[in-house]
Amino acid sequence: MNRDQLVVEKLKTHFPEAVEEVYEFRGEKTLYIKKETIKPVCQLLREDEELQYNFLTDICADDMLPDFPRFAVNYQLNSLPHNHQIRLRTWVEDPEDGPETVASVWAIATWLEMEVWDLMGVRFKGNGSLRRLFLPEDWQGHPLRKDYPLGYEEVQFSFNFDEINAKKPHATRD
Amino acid sequence: MTLTPGSDIIQELSVEELRAKVGTGMQIDDPEEHMLLSMGPQHPSTHGVLRLLVELDGETVVNMAPDIGFLHTGIEKNMEAKTYTKALVMTDRMDYLSPMSNNLGYILAIEKLLGVEATPRAQVIRVLLAELQRVASHLVWLGTSALDLAAMSVFLYCFREREYILDLFEMVAGQRMMVSYFRPGGLWRDLPEEFVPAVRHLLDFMPARIADYEALLKNNPIFLQRTKGVGVISGEDAIAWGLTGGCLRGSGVNYDVRKATPYCGYETYDFNVPLETDGDVYARYRVRMEEMRQSLRIIEQALDKLPDGPVNIDDRKIVPPPRSELGHSMEAVIHHFKLWTEGFSAPKGFVYQALESPRGEFGVYLRGDGGPKPARVHFRPPSFVNLASLANLSKGLFMADVVAIIGSLDIVLGEIDR
Repeated sequence: MNRDQLVVEKLKTHFPEAVEEVYEFRGEKTLYIKKETIKPVCQLLREDEELQYNFLTDICADDMLPDFPRFAVNYQLNSLPHNHQIRLRTWVEDPEDGPETVASVWAIATWLEMEVWDLMGVRFKGNGSLRRLFLPEDWQGHPLRKDYPLGYEEVQFSFNFDEINAKKPHATRD
Repeated sequence: MTLTPGSDIIQELSVEELRAKVGTGMQIDDPEEHMLLSMGPQHPSTHGVLRLLVELDGETVVNMAPDIGFLHTGIEKNMEAKTYTKALVMTDRMDYLSPMSNNLGYILAIEKLLGVEATPRAQVIRVLLAELQRVASHLVWLGTSALDLAAMSVFLYCFREREYILDLFEMVAGQRMMVSYFRPGGLWRDLPEEFVPAVRHLLDFMPARIADYEALLKNNPIFLQRTKGVGVISGEDAIAWGLTGGCLRGSGVNYDVRKATPYCGYETYDFNVPLETDGDVYARYRVRMEEMRQSLRIIEQALDKLPDGPVNIDDRKIVPPPRSELGHSMEAVIHHFKLWTEGFSAPKGFVYQALESPRGEFGVYLRGDGGPKPARVHFRPPSFVNLASLANLSKGLFMADVVAIIGSLDIVLGEIDR
C-alpha cells in the first residue's frame, strides 16, 4: 500500500465522514475534506506515527466564482520523516464561516491564515489575530476575490454616486 | 492596530494595546518603564521596507510586531489578468535577488499543469543558472548581513563577485536582474558561445574568494560574539514555524527540496546538503557559506554534462516558432500571432510546484480553468514564512541582536509583500 492510500485508509477509519473525494491530477493527490472536520483531520495527520505530516507548507484560498461553493481552502502538507506531500482541500460556502484554525497544530498557521483573510477574506474560526497584514487597516474588501475590480474604475460623481457604489464589491469593514 | 504609514503610531498605541495585539503572555514587572520603538520602514538593516514595532525594556526586546505590506503591489491579482507567458515578468520582481529561481518555480508549475517536460539541454541550463543565482543571492546576503555587524570590507568583496555573475546573466538574457530567461517549454534562447568559458573562469577563482570571506569573518571576534548563541531556534520549533532553507538546516533538520522532491534532474547531480545543529545566527551563516561551495560543485557538473540539442520543446502551441521561419511559413506566422495575442490554453486543474530558492522552499500554486490566463496563482514565498518567527527569535535579546537575526533570516521584502 503506498502512502497516498495509507492516508485515505487512516482517515476513513478515524473519520468515516471526513473525506468527500480523492482527486488526482499530474501525480498530486488532493483530499477533499469536510470543512467541519478539518482540524481533527490535521491533528491526526500530524500526530499519527505512520503519517507524521509535521510541516505545514502553505495555506492558500481559491475563489471559484461563478461556481458554488465559491471558496476553496488548500492546505499543503509535508511529512519530513517520510518525505511525502499531500494536499487537503475544503469547500467554504460563506467566507465569514470558514474552517477552524489549525494554529494549535502548526504554529505557522496563524500567520498564513492572516494572509488568506487579508487578501481573500476567508475568516478562520478561532484565530484571534486576524488583522490586515499587507493592506492598510481601513482597506475595504479583499482584492484577490474574483469580483474585486482590477483598476479601471469609473469616476464617482455626485450624479452617479449610487449607481457606481452599488457595483462595488461588498465592503467588509471590521 | 493602525499600521498605516504616516500615522503616528508611538503616540496612538499604548504598550498594553500592543501587547494585546501581539499576544505573548509574558509577565512584565513594570510596564510603565517600557518604551515603544518604531524601527523602519526606512532603516538600512531591515533589508528593505520592513517596519518593526518593538517594545523595549531598557535595551532588551520584550515584544515585537513586524509590520509588512509597504511593497504590496498585488502581483497575484495582476497575474490573473495576463496570459501565462506574459505573467512571467511579474515573478522577477518578487524576490529581486533571485529572479532566476522565481522564474523557474513559475515555469515548472506551468509545465506541470500542461504536462510537458523541458528538453535535456534546457534542464541542465536551468540548473546551471539557478545555482549561479544561488551564489549571487548568498553573496548579497553575506555582504549585507556582515555590513549590519560592521564588517564593511566583506560587503565590497561580495558585490565585486556578484557583479561578475550578473554580467553572466546579461550575457544570456540581456538583463542583469530581471531576466525572464526561462520560458514555458524551454528557454528564451540558447546560451551564447562565450558563456561556458566565462563560467569556467568563475569556477577557477570563486573557491579562493569564498575562503577569503570566511577568513575575514571567522577570526573576527566581534562577528563571532554577535552571532554565536544569538537567535537560537530548535529543530522542532523550526519545523512548527515552517522555516525552510538555511534557517531550517542551521537547526539540524535535513530538508532540501532539491533532494526531497527533485526537479530539473537534480537527482543526477552529486552534492551535499550542509547541516549545522546549533540553530543560531552563526550556524545559519555556516550553512549558507557551505551552500555556495556546493552550488559551485553543481555548476561544474552541469558544465561537464551540458548536452547538445534543442532548448525548446517541439510544440508550436506552447513555444513560438524561430524567427527564421516567419519569413516563409504561413503556419509559423499563425502560431506566432496566436501565441502573442491569445496565448496558449492550459487544462483545468491545479498543481503545486516547490523548488529550493536561495531563501528556502519557494512554492507556486497554480490553477488553470481551461483558458489562456491562470485562474489563480499563489506563491509561498520563503521569506514571508521565515519572517513569522522573527518575534520569537528575538524576545529577551538586545536590540542590536535583532539586527543580526534579521540578517540571518535573509528576507527579501519584495517577495514578502508581493
